[in-house]
Amino acid sequence: MISDHTIFDAEHTLHELKHYLPSQAPLKDFVHHNTLHAFQKHSFHTALQMASEKFGFKVYDDLKKFRSKYLRYELNHDVFNKIISDKKGVSQLEVWKTKLLDVDYDTTIHNRLGQIRENWKEVYKTNLDKEVHPILFRFIGSYLDQGIAIWKLPVNEKGILATVRNLQANSSKKLFKSKRVKELLFNTTCELEDLLFILVGDEHLYEQYLFDQQFAHPGWSGMVGVLESQPQSLLDRRNVSLKEFIAYELLLEIDLLDQKFGQVWKPLSESIDKNSIKGLFDKHDYNELFEVYSLWLEIAEWNYFDQVVYGLQHHSNNPIESDAISFQAAFCIDDRESTIRTYFEKEDPNCQTFGTAGFFNVECYFQPENAKFYTKVCPAPATPKFLIKESEAKSRHTKDVHFNKFLSGVFGGWVTTQTMGFWSGIKLAGSIFLPSESPAMVSSFKHMDPNGKLTYHVNKSQEKVDGLQVGFTDEEMANRMEALLKSIGLVKSFAPIVYFFGHGASSINNTHYAGYDCGACCGRAGSMNARAAAHMLNSTVIREMLAARGVNVPETTQFVGALHDTTRDEVEYYDTKSLSNKNKKQHEANCVIIEKALSMNAKERARRFFLIDTKQSAKKVHDKVKLRSISLFEPRPEWNHSSNCLAIVGKRETNLNLFLDQRAFLNSYDYSIDPEGKSLLGILNAVAPVCGGINLEYYFSSVDNHRLGAGSKLPHNVMGLIGVANGMEGDLRPGLPKQMINIHDAIRLMVTVEHFPEVVLNTIKQNPSTYEWFINEWVILVVVHPETKTLYHFRGGKFQVYEPATKTIPSVENLEKLVESTREDLPVYLIR
Amino acid sequence: METNNIISSFVFIPFLGFLISLFLGKKSETGLSKLAFYVVLIQFLAVLSFIIYWIFTGASTFNIREFVVYKTDNYEFLIDFYFDKVTAAYLLVGAFVTLLIMRYSAYYMHMEDGYKRFFNTVLFFYFGYNFTVLSGNFETLFIGWEILGMSSFLLIAFYRDRYLPVRNAVKVFSIYRIGDVGILLAMWASHHLWHENITFQKLHNDVLVHDHLVGHSATGLFIAVCVLIAASAKSAQVPFSSWLPRAMEGPTPSSAIFYGSLSVHFGVFLLLRTFPFWEHQTAARILIGASGLTTAIIASLITRVQSTIKTQIAYASIAQIGIMFIEIALGWTTIALVHASGNALLRTYQLLVSPSVVSYSIRDQFYNPKKPVVNMFSKYFKKLEDTLYVMSMKEWGLEHFMNKIIFTPLKKIGKSVSFITMKFLFFVLVPLFILSSILFAWNSSIPDSLHRILPYVYSGIALLLVLRAFTERKNPILAWLLVFFNHLWIAMAISFNELFDWTHTLMFLSGAVASVLVGLICLLKLKKAEPNYFSLHHYFGHVYEHKKLGFVFLLSVMGLMGFPITISFIGEDLIYSHIHSDQFGLAIFYALSYIMGGIALIRVYARIFLGPHVKAYHEKALKSF
Repeated sequence: MISDHTIFDAEHTLHELKHYLPSQAPLKDFVHHNTLHAFQKHSFHTALQMASEKFGFKVYDDLKKFRSKYLRYELNHDVFNKIISDKKGVSQLEVWKTKLLDVDYDTTIHNRLGQIRENWKEVYKTNLDKEVHPILFRFIGSYLDQGIAIWKLPVNEKGILATVRNLQANSSKKLFKSKRVKELLFNTTCELEDLLFILVGDEHLYEQYLFDQQFAHPGWSGMVGVLESQPQSLLDRRNVSLKEFIAYELLLEIDLLDQKFGQVWKPLSESIDKNSIKGLFDKHDYNELFEVYSLWLEIAEWNYFDQVVYGLQHHSNNPIESDAISFQAAFCIDDRESTIRTYFEKEDPNCQTFGTAGFFNVECYFQPENAKFYTKVCPAPATPKFLIKESEAKSRHTKDVHFNKFLSGVFGGWVTTQTMGFWSGIKLAGSIFLPSESPAMVSSFKHMDPNGKLTYHVNKSQEKVDGLQVGFTDEEMANRMEALLKSIGLVKSFAPIVYFFGHGASSINNTHYAGYDCGACCGRAGSMNARAAAHMLNSTVIREMLAARGVNVPETTQFVGALHDTTRDEVEYYDTKSLSNKNKKQHEANCVIIEKALSMNAKERARRFFLIDTKQSAKKVHDKVKLRSISLFEPRPEWNHSSNCLAIVGKRETNLNLFLDQRAFLNSYDYSIDPEGKSLLGILNAVAPVCGGINLEYYFSSVDNHRLGAGSKLPHNVMGLIGVANGMEGDLRPGLPKQMINIHDAIRLMVTVEHFPEVVLNTIKQNPSTYEWFINEWVILVVVHPETKTLYHFRGGKFQVYEPATKTIPSVENLEKLVESTREDLPVYLIR
Repeated sequence: METNNIISSFVFIPFLGFLISLFLGKKSETGLSKLAFYVVLIQFLAVLSFIIYWIFTGASTFNIREFVVYKTDNYEFLIDFYFDKVTAAYLLVGAFVTLLIMRYSAYYMHMEDGYKRFFNTVLFFYFGYNFTVLSGNFETLFIGWEILGMSSFLLIAFYRDRYLPVRNAVKVFSIYRIGDVGILLAMWASHHLWHENITFQKLHNDVLVHDHLVGHSATGLFIAVCVLIAASAKSAQVPFSSWLPRAMEGPTPSSAIFYGSLSVHFGVFLLLRTFPFWEHQTAARILIGASGLTTAIIASLITRVQSTIKTQIAYASIAQIGIMFIEIALGWTTIALVHASGNALLRTYQLLVSPSVVSYSIRDQFYNPKKPVVNMFSKYFKKLEDTLYVMSMKEWGLEHFMNKIIFTPLKKIGKSVSFITMKFLFFVLVPLFILSSILFAWNSSIPDSLHRILPYVYSGIALLLVLRAFTERKNPILAWLLVFFNHLWIAMAISFNELFDWTHTLMFLSGAVASVLVGLICLLKLKKAEPNYFSLHHYFGHVYEHKKLGFVFLLSVMGLMGFPITISFIGEDLIYSHIHSDQFGLAIFYALSYIMGGIALIRVYARIFLGPHVKAYHEKALKSF
């Protein structure tokens, strides 16, 4: 009944558990990923049904919600008919229409978890979780704590069980009372089989028992699993393993039962009818309800996508004359950068913008001045071999006495409450009525000191640090910059100034701050990468090498690294002192334009912040937007990736005219200089897992915020600096808090690529893990034929021609009026 | 008289705000938050200007006989307000902190389900806060006390669709109520000590206090101990401490206002209020000081091992309050007052910025990693250290201790009378009750010895019924009726105890009858709608589908538990005046059934209406979330 293994294999089960448990790293390394990554080898809808029926997740929006959207014409009826006809055949349209709209389904979510362990309650009248969880959570919380407790748990470096043994031996107050457990602890290695034999008895039930048990607190178990495979996520490292964690929990259970019943109780299997138990990994039967859900989801998706692909098909712009280009700016692919680009282009129609992964192909670790550690600043899956160090920089860390441990002591507290306490009151009033910057906040501009020095170039005499080379060789730089420029199609027509905008975010009281920074920089701001890339391209040596490879950067062209703060809509430029006089003037003029664009962008974003009056001037709205990043009481400093659903890979001209409502990841790409799809492979290798991961994390956190998201963040309590939980005794809550997904429209990501379908098909097949995303439809893929503009939808391993149901899209002349008009999702508009 | 009106308005402004807030629309976020903010702003400005005026005019003490709710020849239920420096400090800090929290929450709670509920509850709490702070006698204080308990329950269980908040809300409510036994018994003993409902003002009359305590030093000590119990429970002192960290289940600002700052300092308030009464009782002072010292030591050890930010702040606050107890015991009341205010402000701020600890401390560690801890202890001390660590990690077993000495024995008794079923109720208890009523008609001819025992027997039955209700796991209706029958038997017991006006009993029962009927209708309706999901076996979360029914039932629960929304609450107090000063057992029986009745009722409400919804057609949190 349990997968293929008829007999329990602890290693295999542990592997499976780790696979299915949440895999979110500690908060400081928060990176978006597909919440249901464990099911990715199945096709999307099948996987969702499996996940729901196994674990009880809600995996689609409410049926009611879909239906009412349809009735209110928020879902296009033509698209509705088209999807059903395409999928079920025209003859079946009416039948399925009834099913989708009228049939009364029982939408109760069933699951297979807990079937075995519920017998502790039923038969033994014992609520194990209630007794075991508090002490288990407290122990593992203290064990992993990164700096909240003043008095640390005496951790034994050998691991959890060694620590437990030490405490049990040393302390007069015992962790375990049962004699049997003490013997097991001290005289055996506490193998899971042995402990399960006592508790469960029947080997066939072991695996499912462990799933029951661990999925009763997926947060902590998942964290232990993650830290076992990537211990570097903790600055203060711990030796942990899921196996020992489970062993400890099993020991606690035996101890409790022994205390209650003596050592005479019988294992659970004796009171269970094994045939009545549905195996966790047994086959899933067809369920019409899930097909109805899947159709509804696709209708909701194509309701928007249809307009988008129509727009891509019909509304390309002509490229700008190369000598008319005023300046160029490359941004991160991030959806938050999509709108700022529109406003750049609106404010200066002669500027040209590009999108690429925001680490600008400089994959490395970064060590700020005075820091004792270094941090990864490139996409999470990469393992860079380089380190860039900062020197001659100012310290960006200021102290705040309110986080001082002194306040928790008896005498320290006695003195401070009577003195500082009153000052706290004044300070609090200040920060509530007049928010201002404080040491508690996170600012993207503090990632790097603009005046500090960076070790870009490798120094032969310098030794490697932990196997990392400090700086790059010329060859390594040239390789990276060549690939960068070619992938975005910027190989000729260079403007006098080319900006590279990294991005980051600012906030306060935000435990999930890392998720707001640049995903392509592993949850850090992209300032250092942008500055490094600009530096490399400004070097004459590198330019000569690039010229040899066919990329000629004119001498007059200069690159400027910069950082865009997406929360505050502010920018900071780096190394502008080295600009030529002519460029300096040009830069100053650009700054004015950019400042305006930033305010307009803030205004567009503000339409979604319900508490700001967007009818005011852009400048005023911008000031209010800035306040959000420093307001203690603002749980939504910005909307981050909310409502994302598009990833457009192609020339900017193809989507320049479309208003996409900050829903699109835009990656610049010129098919004509990449006929074999070499650059495309690199792009899709990043787009699928990064954008797809972001999109699916938003999707699942939205449809089941309780189980797959983190719930409301308002009651969250910080546990050991690594995670959040509710109250004192809650399990860790991975996933996105409700305040990040309030306005998210739960649909999948559509990737569109401008290229020939056969090239795309060939390209995506080259990397199996990327291909999995497309073939299993975790992201939707549409190819726009660059010459005929025919649309091809990738489905079942083939490209099929797609005819949009949309016949026209509305156009808008005054964007400002449009964003003032509503706070809801907007359809696609043609910008005139 | 003008000053008196101003002082009284400090209760009425929040009350008015609370009332208006009930009638605002659910969707009107701005309306609700503005109302709340301006109500508290007005209050804050009024309090501030009054206090300045008051200081300049000599800072004299006021006592305001607000109104007499009920009066007989030898009994008077008086709502009485009192104003002195303690009131002034608490009023001001309360208004200041609440003002900040209101402004904070207006944005923080944006788009949250229950936005209205949140502001309703906080305003309700704020009303109770001012009522308590201004109270001039035990009766008035007790009303405020009840409002605090109820609003606290509602805010902890704010996320009522999750298991832990609801369970912890019931837990905290229970501990609060256990502490209320202290207040009830103190009230009873005071009735007999003073032969009136003594005002706090009169406690300042040294001569009066001295005269009454002469020859009644045991009663005096008894009252002091009762006050200490009530204060310890409210301020989470040992052995009650474990509730405070568990109360941190609501949105952060509500945790900050309740458990960080205002609510938790009420134990200190009670001690400051009653200080003149026990000032000259050395034993009481030693006891209070020792209690504070014990708490300060234990709580600070527990603070040190906490690996979560909110629980660390909670225990740190408990430890400071322990010190305040010591200060008061030493007679340093002004220092204690300053200390309490400072602690309230500091902990509020700490809680509100607590989410920032992640980025701050990670950054701190990134730049200044901690040096490895050097083991300075020899082997012998290592043992002591580890022992203390494990004990602190287990919160010194306080949680377990409370269960062991209070709830487990009560549950045992309740389970031992599980033969009391619906049938038993109607075929044994009802006839017995009728029989007793008939017996009562021949009251005068009952032999004296029997007459003395009967009140004990009847109130014993009453207590058993309520304990049975507390442990009932199946039938909510049975539990509901049992609590009602408890009231009947109490009434019977008192009727046999002393000859008095029938209207007293009537007053006591009237509210209960009305409440029991409303509640019964609610339960029957729910049973009809949800026949498969109607028991007390676990949490059903019916409020998900039956919001209105849940609200009406909550009101009836409050009515039946003697909450001051029906006139029963005067009756509750009246009853006490009919228990003689030597009938200690009877007083305990009555207090216990009053307390346990409340707990049993809130348990019924929580189990049926709160918690994760039993139906799984929508998203639901895990129990451990």
